[in-house]
Amino acid sequence: MSTTPPTPEPQAVIDAEMARIQTDADKALADGGQEELQPRRDYPPYRSSDLRHPKRPLVAAREAFTELRGPVFGVTDVTELDSDLTRQHHGEPLGERIVVTGRVLDRDGRPVRGQLVEIWQANAAGRYAHKRDQHPAPLDPNFTGTGRCLTDDEGRYTFTSIKPGAYPWRNHQNAWRPAHIHFSLFGTAFTQRLVTQLYFPGDPLLAYDPIFNSITDERARQRLSAVYDHDLSSPEWSLGYRWDIVLDGPSATWMEEGR
Amino acid sequence: MRPPTPSQTVGPFFGYALPFAEGGELVPSGHPGAITVHGVVYDGAGQPIPDALLEFWQADSAGGLDGGPGSMRRDPVTGTFAGRSGVGFTGFGRVATDADGHWTIRTLTPGPAAPGTLPYISVCVFARGLLHHLYTRVYLEDAAGDPLLDSLDADRRATLVARPEPHATYRFDIHLQGSEETVFLEFG
Ligand SMILES: [Fe+2]
Repeated sequence: MSTTPPTPEPQAVIDAEMARIQTDADKALADGGQEELQPRRDYPPYRSSDLRHPKRPLVAAREAFTELRGPVFGVTDVTELDSDLTRQHHGEPLGERIVVTGRVLDRDGRPVRGQLVEIWQANAAGRYAHKRDQHPAPLDPNFTGTGRCLTDDEGRYTFTSIKPGAYPWRNHQNAWRPAHIHFSLFGTAFTQRLVTQLYFPGDPLLAYDPIFNSITDERARQRLSAVYDHDLSSPEWSLGYRWDIVLDGPSATWMEEGR
Repeated sequence: MRPPTPSQTVGPFFGYALPFAEGGELVPSGHPGAITVHGVVYDGAGQPIPDALLEFWQADSAGGLDGGPGSMRRDPVTGTFAGRSGVGFTGFGRVATDADGHWTIRTLTPGPAAPGTLPYISVCVFARGLLHHLYTRVYLEDAAGDPLLDSLDADRRATLVARPEPHATYRFDIHLQGSEETVFLEFG
């Protein structure tokens, strides 16, 4: 099963592929095509997508009583400390302390209340507390990098953490992931499930990243960028970022009202 | 309508964040109504995928879809996962595939959630390399009259029906791509 690893391709090869796909996507949109709101599952510059996307079209599930409902979570599923990633160990983690907050909404703009938000991220040096991460950057004994919380009555979530570092990966030669926080969200329906990544505004690595650029619509890409919000920063303590999230997919209530 | 926040891959490092104790044990082992559902997730070259994450959502045995909290109970003393209480049925499970791409859950046979449909377990598939999750369904038996199954050709239909094995066990493989590609769903 194991074969000689191919010689890694330079960034320029990936850049050229991404540029060609982007040009075609921009042209399709200019010619009146639909906005592509989600990433392409088939995005060749992200090499491991090659064998891991279906080639047949998705099938419309005409009756979906089960999927229009979803799992529920409660106070037993989360402890209060779970949302502060800087207080899970005896000491303080190294790095730039940040607060990330925002609202989770459905596509009609209604808040998603009492639902589970989970995050995971690398430490300030770009290393995950995961055995499989072999990036020779230091582990931080005071940082695990996982968090969870329930949204409040306005759909709001808040995490305290440190700003994650960029890290290398092996998609191609000199491939670096822009700094990001992985997010996992539940809505009121299983159809609204979302796993995504928050990025930081102005990160120069975004332009080189095939995972980010698998979203070929510029406005859709911008929806993954948190906004620096000075009013959320605390004097002599932490920097604040705001990121609102809109869950895709219908829910039971949405379907009923939409009929 | 507001545009949605786009998806991104779950990546390779979810394993220390998302799986939780007893994630695949929707009922305790030894529960009189327990069934086991298991299988392998394959890529388009027929190789098992060792870094996929599967989530399951289903009706209880009476067809109820109210679910219930407590899938991921936390221990407030140690801050780790406490495991399920063993009482009640949340309808939700989550498991990562192992090094052989294999997964297992222990659950209840779902009841029919709506008249005129067959019961099924809804599955959401995440993986490194998969930029946007996929939905499929595990039907534990095939019969006429289900709107989704009846809309499919025989070979495609077969990808959604689990194969019974001895001891209340069902086998359900997922092929992300290839000649046996699983039927994946869209909604709304
Ligand atoms: Fe990551």
